[in-house]
Amino acid sequence: MAIKNKYKGNGFQSHENQNSSLSKEILVGLYRDMLRIRRIEEAIESRYHEDEMKSPIHLVMGHEAISVGSCSTLKIDDLIYCGHRTHGHYLAKGGSLKGMLSELYCRANGCSGSRGGSMHLLDKSVGMAGSSAIVAGAIPIATGAALSFQLKQQDRVSVAYLGDAATEEGACWEAVNFAALKKLPVIFFCENNFFSVCSPLEVRQPPNVEIYRKAEGFGLPAVQIDGTNILDVYDSTQEAVARARKGDGPTFIEALTYRWRGHGGAGDDSASGYRDPEEVQHWEQYCPVDGFYDYLIKMNLYSKAEKDLAEKEIKEEIEEAFDFAISSPNPQEIDLYTHVYSQ
Amino acid sequence: MPWAEALLASKSNELPCSQEGRVLSYVDALNEAMALALGLDPNVIVLGQGVNDPKGMFGVTTDLHKKFGVERVFDTPLSEEGLFGVCTGAAMNGIRPVYLHNRPDFLLLAFNQIVSHSSKFHYMDNGETNVPLVAWAAIGRGWGSGAQHSQAIQGLLLGVPGLKIIMPSTPYDAKGLMLTAIADNNPVLIFEHRWCMRNKGVVPEGIYKVPIGEGVYRRKGTDLTIVGTSHSIELATQAVDQLNDTGITADVIDLRTIKPLDEKIILESVQKTGKILIVDTGWEMGGVCAEIGCLVAEKAFSYLKAPVRRIGLPDVPSPAGFTLEQFYYPNEENFSQVIKEMVEKT
Ligand SMILES: Cc1ncc(C[n+]2csc(CCOP(=O)(O)OP(=O)(O)O)c2C)c(N)n1
Repeated sequence: MAIKNKYKGNGFQSHENQNSSLSKEILVGLYRDMLRIRRIEEAIESRYHEDEMKSPIHLVMGHEAISVGSCSTLKIDDLIYCGHRTHGHYLAKGGSLKGMLSELYCRANGCSGSRGGSMHLLDKSVGMAGSSAIVAGAIPIATGAALSFQLKQQDRVSVAYLGDAATEEGACWEAVNFAALKKLPVIFFCENNFFSVCSPLEVRQPPNVEIYRKAEGFGLPAVQIDGTNILDVYDSTQEAVARARKGDGPTFIEALTYRWRGHGGAGDDSASGYRDPEEVQHWEQYCPVDGFYDYLIKMNLYSKAEKDLAEKEIKEEIEEAFDFAISSPNPQEIDLYTHVYSQ
Repeated sequence: MPWAEALLASKSNELPCSQEGRVLSYVDALNEAMALALGLDPNVIVLGQGVNDPKGMFGVTTDLHKKFGVERVFDTPLSEEGLFGVCTGAAMNGIRPVYLHNRPDFLLLAFNQIVSHSSKFHYMDNGETNVPLVAWAAIGRGWGSGAQHSQAIQGLLLGVPGLKIIMPSTPYDAKGLMLTAIADNNPVLIFEHRWCMRNKGVVPEGIYKVPIGEGVYRRKGTDLTIVGTSHSIELATQAVDQLNDTGITADVIDLRTIKPLDEKIILESVQKTGKILIVDTGWEMGGVCAEIGCLVAEKAFSYLKAPVRRIGLPDVPSPAGFTLEQFYYPNEENFSQVIKEMVEKT
């Protein structure tokens, strides 16, 4: 096979001596939130073959540190917007698990009333303001949210999560340019996992021009970080949030990461040949969740017993949420026709 | 209650469209509408390429930035798609943007945001999000506007659920519909026509609303029904007036809005006259004429005494040169011709 281990990560291990100033409570919370997302994704994956969740899922295994690390720096009334890969961001911002699973099961009480599906989760009560299944579509929208904050002089920030492929769309840079021009309180958070469906980065973008460098050219601070290292994600987002709140404008963060599963659906699809299964294994060594667990243990901030308890609680929560979703009502025909227009 | 909601809720401020009173140019009527909205609601913003130019956009936005500040009335980068998305995101968070474009042709770059985002969020968000956004553009014609600066693209958007589309023809409607559009909680597209923008007419002062989705009779008659909007219905009205001597009379209905479509007024008139001519500034193929023709065939077939006729543009790009344009655009003569045929030969 021609493709072999092109995209390498450093992973959390390389930062094992990192000493965070965050409290034990916050650090453990970060871990627990990542673990929860991982377990939820695994549960969805394990039931996907039943064909009852009739919705195109894009699993986030491998990306957990990005969602949790960044959302943990936000307040509840800060808004996030993302693309099709919604689960992690939705959950990290505090979106209701029951609402999410009901949506995946196409139930009337899904978080989008069965009008959105997996690619359009939202929970406005916690600032998960929505997503677009059109690549890059939500980037200008998050920028517009930031414009509204600026116009209303609100102390709020918005975050646009985007994939590496989204930076190939003109609308992405139109939004970045406008945000830089107006110094809008928005953070462009690029999750570079090196793939757009099955197309690797090098068939889509010229070599040696890193994405964050392109952003820099638009006149806003841009950084590249290790997206498997939650402390790096946390720190860089916190800095960007502080900048936005001060009125100093947007920041572009490029976080390198990897998706462990296929682009969509359950399971890894690397055997199909578009990427090297060894590359997947390579990145699995740098598990954002397990790596951080090891760190917490090493720093004497956490114990196996505490983890076991967390696992148990998460398992119960997930089972209850699945039961809830599965036993929830389906929409009625009349629901089809409501909310086309606002009154 | 913010004024926009107050305006929507109120029934009292529908002013009659009378023949007497203050005469204003079409452009000034639009400028006045935006100034009123900006003055009443701090959430209203006006943006677009060149809105702060000394002449404003065709005069429509002249000096608004001086009165309301460049934070709320501002020039934009070209970025049509990006800025349409920015307006959508701002609208989703309580701002009421009025985003102006010289030409509908430029809105084609924003189709992703218009078709897949702004018109979809209220539905996809299960009714939790409103997108009170107005996008405005002026259809061009003549003087070399050609294939890329005179496209009347309303037909392309007619089938998109979640959008409202307004096409006024008089200064009264231009102002009233602009105000109603700004107060509406949905994405509303306003397509003006550059030639209507030369008009003058009676325009009441202050706030009034013109309902979106309701047509009006410009003429009443018995021989046939003519429906359409904007410059087309203007031409049709002139043609009918010219035919006065022949004894031909027609219901001339200015729909003012093509989405939602005022089915009631169309069907009511066709049931009376049994004949319908549909006119539009856009292409006949798959456009507004086609849609209304189908509506009549489906819902008023038994009343029809003659085939449905339409006058729009041929399935050809707009030419740039003067002579070719004369062949391309239907004129009053063409209108009279078709009307006479419909009355005399069927
Ligand atoms: C405008 C547009 N083009 C193509 C697609 C099909 N598509 C869906 S997801 C995707 C890959 C996007 O990759 P990236 O933005 O890097 O995000 P990732 O899936 O890696 O998280 C593509 C091409 C789309 N949804 N929208």
